[in-house]
Amino acid sequence: MIKAEWFYWLVGGIFLVMAAQMLTDRTNPKRVGTAAFWGLLGLGFVYGTWVADKSAPAEPLGAAVLVMVCLAGFGFTGRGKGSAATPKQREARAARWGSRLFVPALTIPVVALVCAVGVKKLSVDGEPVLQKGSETILGLGIGAVVALVVGMVMLREKRLSTPVHAGRSMLESMGWAMLLPQLLATLGTIFSVAGVGDQVRRMTTAVLPDGSLFLAVVVYCVGMFLFTVVMGNGFAAFPVMTAAVGWPVLVVQEHGNGPAVLAIGMLAGFCGTLVTPMAANFNVVPAALLELKDQYGPIKAQLPTAVALLGCNIAIMYLFAV
Amino acid sequence: MIVLLGVLVVVLGFATRRNPLLVVGAAGIVTGLLGGLSPQRVLAAFGTGFASSRSVTIFVITLPVIGLLEHHGLQEQARRLITRFAGLTAGRFLALYLLLRQIAAAVGLNNVFGHAQTVRPLAAPMAEGAAERRHGPLGEKAREKVRSFAASADNVGLFFGEDVFLAVGSILLITGFVNTTYHTHLEPLQLALWAIPTALCALAIHGWRLLRLDRQLLAGATGPGRNAELGESVK
Repeated sequence: MIKAEWFYWLVGGIFLVMAAQMLTDRTNPKRVGTAAFWGLLGLGFVYGTWVADKSAPAEPLGAAVLVMVCLAGFGFTGRGKGSAATPKQREARAARWGSRLFVPALTIPVVALVCAVGVKKLSVDGEPVLQKGSETILGLGIGAVVALVVGMVMLREKRLSTPVHAGRSMLESMGWAMLLPQLLATLGTIFSVAGVGDQVRRMTTAVLPDGSLFLAVVVYCVGMFLFTVVMGNGFAAFPVMTAAVGWPVLVVQEHGNGPAVLAIGMLAGFCGTLVTPMAANFNVVPAALLELKDQYGPIKAQLPTAVALLGCNIAIMYLFAV
Repeated sequence: MIVLLGVLVVVLGFATRRNPLLVVGAAGIVTGLLGGLSPQRVLAAFGTGFASSRSVTIFVITLPVIGLLEHHGLQEQARRLITRFAGLTAGRFLALYLLLRQIAAAVGLNNVFGHAQTVRPLAAPMAEGAAERRHGPLGEKAREKVRSFAASADNVGLFFGEDVFLAVGSILLITGFVNTTYHTHLEPLQLALWAIPTALCALAIHGWRLLRLDRQLLAGATGPGRNAELGESVK
């Protein structure tokens, strides 16, 4: 059986190799801090396997995460110059290879598709080939490895260091934003353990006037939206707002349609994800990947859509769900 | 009441533009300690949180091959290819991408597209190529705009497509949380059906905005493309 953990190790390994390269990259004025950040991230990926199955203590990993936070947060990381090909060189190579270049690029989604739809059903000796529940992640991982082999053979590239160098400069341009989504997931857990949801419930029930159904819908949807903006993902906001308004008021008290209220509530939260820099993997990382001068470019492009959709969600919930 | 200080830390950090990593780290420590966790349990929470959320970072695995292909001119070729299709404008192309992304997510293929594996190497250069063919060389502002909208098409398509699929994380989170907390029984299928109206709204609203992008680019363009366009409309 192919396990998701193998790909976490591979990603960890990639981080470690890149960290070693960063340490020797003299064009980066902060090479030691940068290498330490990505090296710890790589070690954390591997060590995380045993934390996830509870066979190793989580505290050392937690300490490592806080060290990474300090390294990036206090400006000890930077980026090297890299040795990217000039636009002219790339134009010439594009003319040479033509549309064959798309073959490896499209290999990733095609393999991901085949794994998620076909290989998912295969099993050897009664054991599934791909770990159950992780088929799409595994599809992405296998697709990337297959595509790398296809690409290197097709482009007659013999040195593995070329793709690793190219990937590293993309990674360096993303920087600290890479760690934020994982850190926010952690914050969500801490919030629920510490009882933030109960507090919000007490506050909203005190503020909400009895019997105003429309207002309750607005509070639930806008609350999901705002909490998601602060927390960076709807998953952290959902338990808080649902325990506060969604379930006790809209479903129990007003006899709303449970599945409809909760599904639409979550989607109101997704509108918040579109407009917050806290959702780094969707908004800040793409801005870095696309080399935008304005870090908030994607958020600005999404803001009108997010506001309009929040209105749609409120209307749909009020008209059809309660 | 006092545990809400953690939320306040996030909001204040946001407002004063501190580094988000520091803000979130500090908020976690403050909330955990005020909520009565021992320092050791706070550390453990950071560790388990990191370990269980590694899947959001797994796209890194695609970076070497994308980097290799870009080294050999993938973006340039994407741009060249798209300029051959006469009717395809930046807006129409991105609207099509939005539709594909949403359909793929709705049938459970969340990882088939994405920012690292498709937007940067393919979708954004193709949208730029289409825009350049129509409006001439793009200024820096127009280029940023096209790229931002390419990123937005991927996000909107993913967010409002995936909930239509049963086995996605958010649907499982809803059923898991509600079924255990309130001792009831929700079926993922009921939730997925109720995600469809919003999905259609998202497609209509963002699709329309993407199609309007062409007109905005036209208004900002100054090159020969603009004159050609005006000439056409006079006819």
